Amino acid sequence: MKVKQISVFLENKTGRLAAVTNALGSNQINIRALSIADTSDFGILRLIVDQPDKAYEILKAKDFTVSVTDVIGVEMPDQPGGLAKVLSELEEAKINIEYLYAFLGRGERGALVVFRVEDIDSAIEKLAKSGLNVLKGEEIYKM
Amino acid sequence: MYWNQKYECMPREELLALQLERLKNTVEKCFYNVPHYRKAFQEIGFEPGDLNSLQDLAKLPFTYKTDLRDNYPYGMFAVPLSEVVRIHSSSGTTGKPTVVGYTRSDINTWAELMARALVTAGVTKNDVIQNAYGYGLFTGGLGVHYGAERLGASVIPISGGNTKRQVMIMKDYGTTVLTCTPSYALNISEVIEEMGLTQDDFQLKVGIFGAEPWSDNMRKEIEQKLGIIALDIYGLSEIIGPGVAIECPSKTGLHIFEDHFIPEIIDPDTGEVLPYGSTGELVFTSLTKEALPMIRYRTRDIASLTLEECSCGRTHLKMKRVSGRTDDMLIIRGVNVFPSQIESVLLEIGQTEPHYQIVVDRIGTLDTVEVLVEVSASFFSDQIRQLEVLEAKIREAIESTLGISVKVRLVEPKTIERSEGKAKRVIDKRKLD
Repeated sequence: MKVKQISVFLENKTGRLAAVTNALGSNQINIRALSIADTSDFGILRLIVDQPDKAYEILKAKDFTVSVTDVIGVEMPDQPGGLAKVLSELEEAKINIEYLYAFLGRGERGALVVFRVEDIDSAIEKLAKSGLNVLKGEEIYKM
Repeated sequence: MYWNQKYECMPREELLALQLERLKNTVEKCFYNVPHYRKAFQEIGFEPGDLNSLQDLAKLPFTYKTDLRDNYPYGMFAVPLSEVVRIHSSSGTTGKPTVVGYTRSDINTWAELMARALVTAGVTKNDVIQNAYGYGLFTGGLGVHYGAERLGASVIPISGGNTKRQVMIMKDYGTTVLTCTPSYALNISEVIEEMGLTQDDFQLKVGIFGAEPWSDNMRKEIEQKLGIIALDIYGLSEIIGPGVAIECPSKTGLHIFEDHFIPEIIDPDTGEVLPYGSTGELVFTSLTKEALPMIRYRTRDIASLTLEECSCGRTHLKMKRVSGRTDDMLIIRGVNVFPSQIESVLLEIGQTEPHYQIVVDRIGTLDTVEVLVEVSASFFSDQIRQLEVLEAKIREAIESTLGISVKVRLVEPKTIERSEGKAKRVIDKRKLD
């Protein structure tokens, strides 16, 4: 039920983000979702891609500082109040969110939200009980 | 194991008598053959006959790097050029180069001392020495080379640079001893990793590193990465080159070869001689040099001396590792800063790569210090907070060590220039005139 997220350390300089996306693109790796967290000096690029293991190896070989983190992907109805419903479930389960980002699904999928929590196993267990649709990694990679 | 047990383990009393005899000889030669010394001695009313004890040495004037420059190129030589068989020189990046010369006998002394240094470090004639010090005008390459040949070891005169080839040769030729600057040793260890090799691919056992200040933490780092014993060697071309002092494997300081050099520690501001144990500027007097004898040469290196007995049995006193140079010392907002202090802090924290650069600038009237540090892949995660905590931790540790505020900036790996010789640790953008 875990989704592999690739994180890349980026100095706050022109061309660094392009360098990452070029490396992925020229190796036929498709980006499903991304977000950037930044400070004045550096940022962390977080990516969900279709082939996380390969993406990790490619970026590492290109001397990027890169790590793989497990995150949770949850499907939600693409309508007003969709995210709010997910978040109140999380609140009720007392799951503290480190960060999250959301994106639209394709086909019959609604919207999706990816979030990072401290204790991922207990979070998944609680979410499954709440009736939310926690997606498998493969389901998101293949979307 | 000794190369020359008689001199290396000579009882102190005998050693001091030998020093006095040799010092008298050197002072006399300087007085009669080098106009600079004669003038300097006459200015204080000193004649060679006035030197009756080793304590009298402290009465003699110091010799500075500028004296070599002022007498450029051969004015400090005590023999005619026809007696000189070798000339080395500094790069002259900070002014006119300094020129040093050697007679045939000096070259012989140097080879003996360097062979002695290698044996002190545990090297034998059965070793394969990869000498990655630069060959040429710099004394490092040829100095180690002659000593290695004198010892009878197999020396690979590879010089610095082309690190991948260094690693390939190190592996294929079965190198057992590596000689280079400590920062280049780290550079090599990194390339080894990149090439997917491990310690098991090599037969390295000892590294002899010098020509730039380094720390005990950096030693640990190199030893762990290369799987070797790393020892500090000291020397400077004005005195003879490498082979003035070296650590024995007890790693308790560098034995100074006192049968050839007299060390002193002085207060760099007052010139006063300080007792053993005090930290100050290292000053050397040569005892056997013919072409370029040196009286009380100011090295600008900061160290201390100790007479404590050594488990290796050598009686020569030891100097502590050079902690910096009075001239790479930065003065920031009135505070003296040594780059090696910042390096120590980083290695102590241990969550970054040991590559750093210090950028000093002046904004308005305020000096600013920015320390660029490479993020280490093994400590990187997806969380901004963790990196911010690391930045703050480094900043606080540096600030408490140096007593000044600094800015720390994490940068991507391999973006700080790698050295193939002396590391460029400091970029000083201040215009201080």
